[in-house]
Amino acid sequence: MKLDNIYQEEKKSNFAKVSEIIITMASRPSGFIGLSILIFHVILAFISPYIAPYDFKAINPTLMLQAPSAEYWFGTDDLGRDVFTRTILGGRTALTITFFGSLIALLWGGLLGIFCGLVGGKTDDIVMRIVDAFLSIPWILAMLLIVSLLGTSTEVLIPALGFFYGKGIVRVARAATHDVIAKDFIVSARARGHSNFSIIWNEIIPNVRDAILVEGAMRWSWMLLGFSSLSFLGFGVSPPTPDWGLMISNARGLMSFAYWSVIAPIVGLSSLIIGINLTADAFAKALGIDRSTKAPV
Amino acid sequence: MTEIIQKVKNLSIGFKSKKGEEILILRNISTNIKKGETVGIVGESGSGKSTLALAMMGYVKHGLYTIDGECEFNSSNLLKMKNRDLEKIRGRKIAMIPQNAGQALTPNLKIGYQIDEALQLHSDLKEEEREQKISELLNKVRLPSPETIALRYPHELSGGQQQRVAVAMALAGTPDLLLLDEPTTGLDVTTQAHVLELLNFIAKDTGTSMVYVSHDLGAIAQVSDRIIVMYSGEIVLEGPSRDILKKPIHPYTYGLLKSIPKLSLAGLPQSMPGSQPQPGTMHRGCSFFDRCDFSEEKCKNNSPQLEYLEELNTSVRCFNYKSLMNDSQINQTVNRIKTSLQDKEILNLSEVSISYAKQKLLDQVLNRISDDNPTVKDININIKKGETIALVGESGSGKSTILKSIAGLLRTKGGIIKFDQNRNLSSDLKERDPNDLRIIQLIFQNPDESLNPNHTVEEIIAQPLKLYFGLKGEELKKNIIDLLQKVRLGEFYMSRYPRQLSGGEKQRVAVARAFAAKPDIILCDEVTSALDVSVQAAVLNLLQQLKEDFGTTYIFVSHDLAVVRAISDRVAVLYQGRLCEVGPSKDVYQFPSHPYTEVLLGAVLEPDPDIKPKLVAEDIVEEKPPQKGCSFQGRCSRILGDICKNEVPPWQITNSGNSIRCHIPLKELQKDQIN
Repeated sequence: MKLDNIYQEEKKSNFAKVSEIIITMASRPSGFIGLSILIFHVILAFISPYIAPYDFKAINPTLMLQAPSAEYWFGTDDLGRDVFTRTILGGRTALTITFFGSLIALLWGGLLGIFCGLVGGKTDDIVMRIVDAFLSIPWILAMLLIVSLLGTSTEVLIPALGFFYGKGIVRVARAATHDVIAKDFIVSARARGHSNFSIIWNEIIPNVRDAILVEGAMRWSWMLLGFSSLSFLGFGVSPPTPDWGLMISNARGLMSFAYWSVIAPIVGLSSLIIGINLTADAFAKALGIDRSTKAPV
Repeated sequence: MTEIIQKVKNLSIGFKSKKGEEILILRNISTNIKKGETVGIVGESGSGKSTLALAMMGYVKHGLYTIDGECEFNSSNLLKMKNRDLEKIRGRKIAMIPQNAGQALTPNLKIGYQIDEALQLHSDLKEEEREQKISELLNKVRLPSPETIALRYPHELSGGQQQRVAVAMALAGTPDLLLLDEPTTGLDVTTQAHVLELLNFIAKDTGTSMVYVSHDLGAIAQVSDRIIVMYSGEIVLEGPSRDILKKPIHPYTYGLLKSIPKLSLAGLPQSMPGSQPQPGTMHRGCSFFDRCDFSEEKCKNNSPQLEYLEELNTSVRCFNYKSLMNDSQINQTVNRIKTSLQDKEILNLSEVSISYAKQKLLDQVLNRISDDNPTVKDININIKKGETIALVGESGSGKSTILKSIAGLLRTKGGIIKFDQNRNLSSDLKERDPNDLRIIQLIFQNPDESLNPNHTVEEIIAQPLKLYFGLKGEELKKNIIDLLQKVRLGEFYMSRYPRQLSGGEKQRVAVARAFAAKPDIILCDEVTSALDVSVQAAVLNLLQQLKEDFGTTYIFVSHDLAVVRAISDRVAVLYQGRLCEVGPSKDVYQFPSHPYTEVLLGAVLEPDPDIKPKLVAEDIVEEKPPQKGCSFQGRCSRILGDICKNEVPPWQITNSGNSIRCHIPLKELQKDQIN
């Protein structure tokens, strides 16, 4: 066989695959920007407790609403707390809660969607109608209800957010599964007598994983916005925990004369959302899910 | 000398790879299309034939670009023209008939309206005249009752009718040049023969030049005056169609013609080794070098030029064409099938019927299927161990449906499927035990779909080994390598993904996976129809070899009657889910007795301009089988009368063991054959 060496691409290790995807993402300007912002925020979240110049809850009435200076880079808020400290710490809570929330959303939404897509029939009908019913409830009202009944602790917020943002993933995962199960390799696995679990694990998940991951990444940025809205309304984390939504809510009345106390958390929140969105887009393109950028031929 | 209407000069089309290299799809193509002639362009998939046809109407696919050369039409270069000027030519001067008319027609507009649109754009007719022109066009493409057809939507027409409508639309602008891109590939044999006959008629009637692109030499042979053979983006042979088909002087064409199974010859055709090089992997020398039986040392480093031979009016790209000129006849050396038939019965279908009807609530609750006119009915077949039995018929004849039921993927409505004379196989997959599942394995039509794109070849073949035999570690690996060698693939294929394999290699992996289960019966569902001809022969040869090694029984479903002839011991002809004829393939092919078998075999296209298809029956498509009587009554040209409409015909058995289901007495059936 003389032609065999045409295809030189060999099986790669998982690490090589991931790094290739990241390199492809970063090779596009939007992907590079998105990734940089995201990585910046993640690093900041890890190191902020060690680099924070002041105590985030130290109230100092004499320093109320100081304009930015060499000492207080982003100024101080109405209780005299350092805005810089609170801003770099504020991303920490938001990132952690929404990251784990998205993981939960991905897991239950993805698995339920795949299961419904595979099984079909009445089970699928019933489950999807329930999901539809939940989709029709305005999430913010439902969240407010849950939070006011169970409190605003992290243990409540993460599963609650995970649940409400997973509903949409169910539909995406189910649709992706439908595309796959019509293919003959699933029929072939069925005819061989593989169990449903084995078909989901070996045949379906490798083929729908990409679509679900991209959807999960998009959900992450929406969840971040949702979580901050909750905090803004006073139902997220409780004071004095530094949190962007909470900071914006506290300082919004002072915007006209102490703009610094509100601008810093706004920039933090919006840059993180933009960063995640751009990264998710670049991720989709790197995986070839976005059709418009597929290579010719 | 006749007028040249399209002149392609030194055309090269390609794209830029990710690394920035220029990769050529078409390499320096020059040819002329004369007025009134039909030119066939043949080649395997990826040879650039469609790209060339599209360039002839000034269209270059997104992502590709013209590197050099021109396509001259009416002394202007189409490839440099502005879109606005091209609009005036496309449809009016050059029209295109697509492969899949069903997708080319707008689903929510009536046929008449769509043709009218084409007329508005491409002709100067007034409204009243247009209406008349529409029925004129529909008449011309021989659609029954044009007035009613014009009021229908595309989905209300059959595939053949849709293709006729596409032809009518193309003719609306009375074009000088008609480009046809695989126009009959998706159609049934009988329909294909009818459409080709129509195209021939139109070419003669209107004097339009046609460029007919196809991978099917049989279809090309029927329509074209001249043939261009393409291989990896180059013209390798160009000349009058009769000469090319009878005396191919290029090794590729020679090999290609040898690898096509023919109706008149039993046994397997010769296969051509290797596969076409991928674009971008060109080396110095002839692109066919790797697969050529006639290659010499100089072919390796020097690429031959297209040489025009005055006396044959043929151009050929080969250093050694002279050695082929002497060896002018295609000596079809055929590997005869060694039949290793045993008398032991391995699978028995009795009174099997299958229904696709939607079940009523009551039936759903009672978990039963009630349908008095099921899609598949009265299937009685005994299959012997080591036999290859083929189920043939047009699309909708229920052949794949029967396969699915045997595999347990589709519940039967009634009847018994018995394995090894005594074991009943449940028609429900869940009720079969793992061993029942192991003994029957499937090979699918399209290896792109039947292999999980995210699994390596190793993982794909490991699945049945792990599932049925619980193999692990070194033993598993040893078995996989063993299987790969059996399907003539090397060990290094283990770490490849399906996308890194060619079509033939993928199908070999699928074959290896089926054999991994050590099955007794393998169900082959159109296993070669997604493959190129040269690869098809190799896969057929492999299947035959494996059968001899393992003593496996094949149930082979195909619409390609020549392939069936090549591989099968016995043939079962199906129409509308009912058996028409069952018998040894030798007899069925030599003396087709059932009227439907006659129709089917008559419509087969052979790559020989002297063998014209016989069009016996109309190519009507029936939606569902008739309630009573013979299944073929709607199209039969030899219908006897009420008896065919009311009574299910009896089985008649000929001396050679051929069973025929027909009311016409055997003697009469056979007498007519001889005439």
